[in-house]
Amino acid sequence: MEQLFEVLTSPLRLLDILIDGVSSGAQYALFAAGLSLIFGIMRLVNLAHGDFIILAAYILFAISWALGALGLAPELNPVLALVLAAPILFALGYAVQRGVLNNTLGKDVLPPLLVTFALSVIIQNGLFLVFSPDTRSIDGGALSTAGIDIGYRQVPLLSIITVAVAVAVIGGLQTLFFRTPLGRDFRAVSDDPEIAQLMGINRRHVFALAMGVAMIVVAIAGVMFGLAGSFDPYLGPTRLLSAFEAVIIGGVGSLWGTLAGGTILGIAEQFGSRAFGEAFKQISGHVAFLLILLIRPRGLFPRAKD
Amino acid sequence: MSPDALLSTTNLEAFYGDFQALFGIDFSVSAGETVAIIGANGAGKSTFLKSLVGLLSNSPESIHFDGQAIGAMPPSRGVDLGLALVPEGRRLFGSLTVEENLIIGGQHTRRQGHWTLETVYDLFPVLAERRKNPGQALSGGQQQMVAIGRALLSNPRVLLCDEISLGLAPIVIKDIYAAVPRIREEGTAMVVVEQDINQALAVADRLYCFQEGRVSLEGAPDALSREAIKAAYFGLGAAA
Repeated sequence: MEQLFEVLTSPLRLLDILIDGVSSGAQYALFAAGLSLIFGIMRLVNLAHGDFIILAAYILFAISWALGALGLAPELNPVLALVLAAPILFALGYAVQRGVLNNTLGKDVLPPLLVTFALSVIIQNGLFLVFSPDTRSIDGGALSTAGIDIGYRQVPLLSIITVAVAVAVIGGLQTLFFRTPLGRDFRAVSDDPEIAQLMGINRRHVFALAMGVAMIVVAIAGVMFGLAGSFDPYLGPTRLLSAFEAVIIGGVGSLWGTLAGGTILGIAEQFGSRAFGEAFKQISGHVAFLLILLIRPRGLFPRAKD
Repeated sequence: MSPDALLSTTNLEAFYGDFQALFGIDFSVSAGETVAIIGANGAGKSTFLKSLVGLLSNSPESIHFDGQAIGAMPPSRGVDLGLALVPEGRRLFGSLTVEENLIIGGQHTRRQGHWTLETVYDLFPVLAERRKNPGQALSGGQQQMVAIGRALLSNPRVLLCDEISLGLAPIVIKDIYAAVPRIREEGTAMVVVEQDINQALAVADRLYCFQEGRVSLEGAPDALSREAIKAAYFGLGAAA
């Protein structure tokens, strides 16, 4: 209780919670954006989404390690690796959707859950075989340690970049969704799949493109995650859980809501860990999630229709 | 069946699972012709249109379009052939604006022709005023105009209209049917499914009456007596 009182009465401690909460929240929003996109368009709950992020992190790790071996500057490697990995992951997403997941979509909600759960297990064990259970991280060189002085403390540069990237990704997806012909197709297929086909839209192709786009977002999430900390092959499901919570807090189908959801989750965790101790970090996020569900069962910014 | 039919069916049967909805429909429409299909609820009219556009899969040879067997084509192919449907209940895309709903109708086909955003706005001026509104914020009649415009933007050779007067006030129905002559002027063939017999008789060159999944009557409106139509519509075989 003493700790809680101290946190609540100290403006600087509260500011810390805000700064660190927003930056970890931005990471959650990045995890969640792809999940939100896929669910919004094709009502597919992708249980392998967290593992996709970890897979992307490993691919980025491998590419940036290879680039490092070529003697390139470590600060540039993650960016270059992302540029190289994005088309690979887009193609992978397209292929998985077209070859596997499209066949699971229908009136029954169970097949996509079972198949993506299987994908999750396959990815985890595949990563274990290829990369061993050792933890890895993506080397950002000076980027990983640089900070900006705000008077009483340093704010890690990486945190600021993560927030900027999350806002840019959500803004970019929003633009794609509402301002481009492809986005129009996404919305049309989501609104009425049957009539969309009569417009000449090949639904299987559009779904596959959507998964490809989601995988590019996954690649971005993967690089930010890999730069910020270490990962191992079995970390996917915990990423999935925070991503789900961010999506649901924000309101299913709302991209800016997902960003808000991630931020709320991040701030709640930071508050919990500082006010009650590190052990309370995750549970505080879950409690915030449940409280918001109690007050607003459809999330903060639910779509008008569903 | 006329030899110059643009769209025709031969012994078309359609099923929902084990349930048979259509029993051997022979039907044809020629280029530029307007054909009405009337019939009571459950007669198979909508099922028939769904079969034509590929939403229900049939045996390939049972439907021909311009010489091609299309009974088993995927529904996304019809638009390129020149086959467009105005679906029952309008079915506008809820998250698209009026203008987006129109654009998407012509976006996925290379077909070109008279119908563009401008000519559709010309046909239904009220839509130009409401172009930025969400499609579903419009009145029923205006939504129906969007649904027709959306289909026209693919510049179809055959326009299939499913119950376009359903649930609309008589004055609104008049407005919508006023557009039909201008659509026909472009040489577009039309298949109009109607529950309103008078409307169907007024607009059609030829009439089909469906009853329990079969064609119960066929002919030019002025060659058919009211009694014959009534009998074919309600299935009062004894009265004929």
